[in-house]
Amino acid sequence: MPAVELTNISKAYGATQAVRNVSLTVEPGELFGLIGPDGAGKTTLFRILATLLLADAGTATVAKHDVVREFRAIRNVVGYMPGRFSLYQDLTVQENLEFFAAVFRTTVRENYELVRDIYEQLVPFKDRRAGALSGGMKQKLALCCALIHKPELLLLDEPTTGVDAVSRQEFWHMLSTLKERGITIVVSTPYMDEAALCERVALLQTGQVLRVDTPAALRESYPWPLYAVRAARMHPLLQDLRAYPAAHSCYAFGETAHLSLAQPDAAAEAHLKAYLTAKGHHDVSVAPVPATIEDTFMDLLQTHHSAPVS
Amino acid sequence: MKAFLMFVRKESYHIFRDPRTLLILFGMPVALVTLFGFALTNEIKNADVAVLDFDHGVHARQVQNRLFSSGYFGLRDYARNYPDVAAAFRRGHVKLAVVFPAGFSSDFDHLGHAQVQLVADASDQNTAISLVNYATAIIRSYEQEVAPHRSGSPGPRVEAVARLYFNPGLKAAYTFVPGTMALILLLVSAMLTSITIAREKETGTMEVLLVSPMRQLPIIIGKILPYFLLSFVNGLIILALGVWVLHIPERGSLALLILETLLYILVALTLGVLISTRAASQQTAMLTSMLGLLLPTLILSGFLFPIESMPLPLQTVSRLIPARYFIVILKGIMIKGLGLRELWRETAVLFGMAGGLLLLALGSLKNRLA
Repeated sequence: MPAVELTNISKAYGATQAVRNVSLTVEPGELFGLIGPDGAGKTTLFRILATLLLADAGTATVAKHDVVREFRAIRNVVGYMPGRFSLYQDLTVQENLEFFAAVFRTTVRENYELVRDIYEQLVPFKDRRAGALSGGMKQKLALCCALIHKPELLLLDEPTTGVDAVSRQEFWHMLSTLKERGITIVVSTPYMDEAALCERVALLQTGQVLRVDTPAALRESYPWPLYAVRAARMHPLLQDLRAYPAAHSCYAFGETAHLSLAQPDAAAEAHLKAYLTAKGHHDVSVAPVPATIEDTFMDLLQTHHSAPVS
Repeated sequence: MKAFLMFVRKESYHIFRDPRTLLILFGMPVALVTLFGFALTNEIKNADVAVLDFDHGVHARQVQNRLFSSGYFGLRDYARNYPDVAAAFRRGHVKLAVVFPAGFSSDFDHLGHAQVQLVADASDQNTAISLVNYATAIIRSYEQEVAPHRSGSPGPRVEAVARLYFNPGLKAAYTFVPGTMALILLLVSAMLTSITIAREKETGTMEVLLVSPMRQLPIIIGKILPYFLLSFVNGLIILALGVWVLHIPERGSLALLILETLLYILVALTLGVLISTRAASQQTAMLTSMLGLLLPTLILSGFLFPIESMPLPLQTVSRLIPARYFIVILKGIMIKGLGLRELWRETAVLFGMAGGLLLLALGSLKNRLA
């Protein structure tokens, strides 16, 4: 029995279709990622799973309970962290934790062991009001509060958005520790680099699931020969690469451009260099690179747009 | 139960850490009751009076002494002729002019009949009528005192004496203070609870609270309870102000008065929670409770306008105003010294309102996000 199961879930806000016909399963103990840009429907899915919203169509179960009929049971076993910081800003760190422990009919002491690693970093600030914490600290506190009743399932909606790079890394490290304790985790993020840290991810776009797979499989499924191209000036480089006759697609990727070719070509690097040098670029370097999840996602988006799946 | 107690404790933290809440709770009632109690009054105190004395006799002087020692009138101008008086009225200096014609004292002594002219500024008709009435009463009492002993014939005189029960001095405070107390208690209590649930919705904490085993009823009761205790203190302060500062008598049972006040506070708090469950933001909640309660209470509770003289539809609407019943109870207990035997109807209505509002609030506090 999966920990989370969504079957043909749809939800609209007025005329805006937020989620279309989504079906997903998350296995017990899995660290599952919902990956997609803003507006992809991640928050709506979380709210449906957290029993906060009713879907227009489809069914969903969380921890073997139906999200509509048995929502009370779900609320006992789920730890939910909304996208926006949602603790009491005028309560101190410790008061927030104690409050949520009491609301879930437990005590901080009873489950301290579960949150110890995280909470110990907050101990020096335990008498500080939650509103006065830094972004990273707030997220740690929110995670503690979501964990204090020992939930079977954690629902984390964009927990690392607006958090500095170091805290993000720490946060994902905490998630893997929690996973080892057998807690199922569903987490969403708009950052592709974080997708690689999940066991399986669902790629979402405009309320639809494009693909569900492991990060490795997603990377391997990339169908085109891919090259990382660098040159002195980025912008004209991108324009020229897009005009390259053999190009399939081209995106800026940090300081390099990722170019995929429509056909495999053994001498592609030489041809490309010649082409770019002829266009007046200098310091040109071309190297084959393995695809990242972002490459796969962009490719899926493109095929999705040209041939919409319905 | 532990969860509930923790919830109450959390609410108390919110209250005591927000100086704004405390200011509304304790500052506003004291300021408003005092303000309403002293400023909102139709009593006459030291009204400015001009005197035009053509007589200069002993009786004219004595009538003036009576007028100005009554406390209702103060001598502002000593006019020498009619144009002086007219000018004083035009400038708005005086509200009333008392004119003693020449020969006033001798007429009084010899004819036993004399005339004095009272000229009032009737641009404010209520004040004008009161002033003339007060002055007439004072002059008549002087006439009564002096006349029999002068003429030596203490024949029986028929006088129409209006005796005014409960408020013989027609003290405005008796009308305004209970109304003000009802208004302030309602506004402050409802306003405070109206922002609590709206705040949880606005800051997103409601989202987390919903995804927990916490039920609707403990949330609502947990919101009401700390405010109930605070509003009780508040109610006591307002009652004490009424009795000691504004000199309203306390003729009935103090225990009953306090219990009725608690009941009324409960109605107000539940009303606030109901507003809170409907409002999406703190601002909406605050405005709704301020405007939505202030005007109807002011106009329809019988505070400013007597309910009996309202058109029938408005009278019906006024039955929905909790303050209407509490004003009757307050006046009944404090001024008339009535007990529960006479006031059970109003009390039952308030009980019914508290219960009904609680059910409504429970029904409209959603289990899920909208």
